[in-house]
Amino acid sequence: MATETPPPSRHSASLPSPEEFAEEQRSAEFGELRRSYRSFAFPLTLAFIAWYLLYVLLSNYAGGFMGTKVVGNINVALVLGLAQFLSTFLIAWWYARHAAAKFDPKAEAIKSRMEGGA
Amino acid sequence: MSPAAHLSPTHTLLAAGEASEHRPLIITLFAVFVAATLVITVWAGRQTKDAADFYAGGRQFTGFQNGLAVSGDYMSAASFLGIAGAIALFGYDGFLYSIGFLVAWLVALLLVAEPLRNSGRYTMGDVLAYRMRQRPVRTAAGVSTIVVSIFYLLAQMAGAGVLVSLLLGITSDGGKIGIVALVGVLMIVYVTIGGMKGTTWVQMVKAVLLIIGALLLTFLVLIKFNFNVSELLGRAADNSGKGAAFLEPGLKYGATGTSKLDFLSLGIALVLGTAGLPHILIRFYTVPTAKAARKSVLWAIGLIGVFYLMTLALGFGAAALIKPAEIIASNKAGNTAAPLLALHLGGVDSNWGAILLATISAVAFATILAVVAGLTLASSSSFAHDIYANVIKKGRATEKQEINAARYATVGIGAVSIVLGALSRDLNVAGLVALAFAVAASANLPTLLYSLFWKRFTTAGALWSIYGGLVTAVGLVLFSPVVSGAPTSMFPDVDFHWFPLENPGLISIPVGFLLGALGTLLSKEVPDAGKYAELEVRSLTGTGAH
Repeated sequence: MATETPPPSRHSASLPSPEEFAEEQRSAEFGELRRSYRSFAFPLTLAFIAWYLLYVLLSNYAGGFMGTKVVGNINVALVLGLAQFLSTFLIAWWYARHAAAKFDPKAEAIKSRMEGGA
Repeated sequence: MSPAAHLSPTHTLLAAGEASEHRPLIITLFAVFVAATLVITVWAGRQTKDAADFYAGGRQFTGFQNGLAVSGDYMSAASFLGIAGAIALFGYDGFLYSIGFLVAWLVALLLVAEPLRNSGRYTMGDVLAYRMRQRPVRTAAGVSTIVVSIFYLLAQMAGAGVLVSLLLGITSDGGKIGIVALVGVLMIVYVTIGGMKGTTWVQMVKAVLLIIGALLLTFLVLIKFNFNVSELLGRAADNSGKGAAFLEPGLKYGATGTSKLDFLSLGIALVLGTAGLPHILIRFYTVPTAKAARKSVLWAIGLIGVFYLMTLALGFGAAALIKPAEIIASNKAGNTAAPLLALHLGGVDSNWGAILLATISAVAFATILAVVAGLTLASSSSFAHDIYANVIKKGRATEKQEINAARYATVGIGAVSIVLGALSRDLNVAGLVALAFAVAASANLPTLLYSLFWKRFTTAGALWSIYGGLVTAVGLVLFSPVVSGAPTSMFPDVDFHWFPLENPGLISIPVGFLLGALGTLLSKEVPDAGKYAELEVRSLTGTGAH
């Protein structure tokens, strides 16, 4: 598991210049990557935090509703708790799939162009 | 707490002479685990040559390996023993913890892990200081990292002392101090010799043991109830003496308006704290790419999620099979419910019971060791890389000097935690884990997010959010019932509290975010646009990643 490269030198050798970074940041290609990442990750973050807070608030202030029996001894509180688990798994899976399809190809194209040209 | 009050639970827990009966077996299993981890440490130490090896384990772990290690780093004794115990005593309210602990990983997945891996090198401070004036921001990042890690560490050390004392039937002060010292010395050895590589393998082994242990207990509980979850819940509710209320929220946090607000405050800190915990963040540097960091988080979410589902079976299983009085007599907070459950599942007077108890106890011990090693590594890395190399030496330290500084820092931090752990052995420091999450969410997360995503963010903003969030969170807890004025306080005999909540997050997290924004907008400082271009392009594309 040894590192193949002498650590400090590698990065300074291949890192593009400040001008190249500034130019890349202004480019349409990078703008598109930033837009697609932010427009996916930011609203989704707000959504799952809101969904989690809703659950916390229901646990705090809607005891009667949470205690409603669904099947046998399984009540709404347990179902909603398990739903938080399920939604966490699903959001993680969705993000990973979306990132692999939409962000990774764009990011890799920019990275290889910038590192290749440096 | 008087010595007598502390002795009696020990005496009752493994009453009937069980403690002394099981002691040889438990000690043997502890010793086997310790020996195995020491072999791993020495092996890893031989391969640790440069700074990337010491801080980041050579960056060659796979996403799956790191996912296991992240789980091992994250699932502390508070998760395993604490949550199972809280469910056993308070029913549904114990489960609320695990939900916050799990959902929090989405913040790490969506906003933090990949950009951090792409643009940082060894520490959280690498990203926070990237486009800022190095020395002040590195200092702040180092201070915050060390404060969060020490709080967390102290809670784990004290927990180890209590747990191992209970399980081994050690009641003398000297014995308890000895255990704290043993844990401290082991973590110093793991980190100084094995560095990140050794720590990672210890965490992976621990994660596997913990998951196997939990699977075994879950399976045994479910067999008892013919895999009928409803029956398990029903029996737990009956046996708890609380009836249907045991399965509903409210037994722990629902008592008053204040306690409800406290729970809301805790919930926010849990969900926003994880992605700001330095010992978790540095784990993302151990993989070669941001994609592998993403894969690590996905594995961690899967493993941690399944584990928390199993704590439901453990907690409700303990509630169903053991009388509540027995659990409380053993440990007031229920921390020994899982080991007790193992004993009952195997049969209280049988060899199986003894073997199961010893196994689960050894797993709990492994859990604590792996977590304290991760915490020590995070704080000593930050001391060496942020404060020593970049502040004191102004970036002119050699790699060898830097690693040596990290090793000395490990010994220093280890020694400090042994002393603090020994001094606080009879204090109730359970609240410190929640405080660590609150500081991470109030000081680290705002600064990380602003640094990565807000073009205008400046050095002043970073300092305001780190110090402001840190001081607000710690200050509020200092004047809360966690420290004084309540029977469960660290210092129950004095009262200088005026803040009603035990969890500061409700106030300190908005304060951290607000101060970061205010510090930026009120200062005349011009943000370094060139550096932000570099950080933004690197963080999103991985260009020039280490």
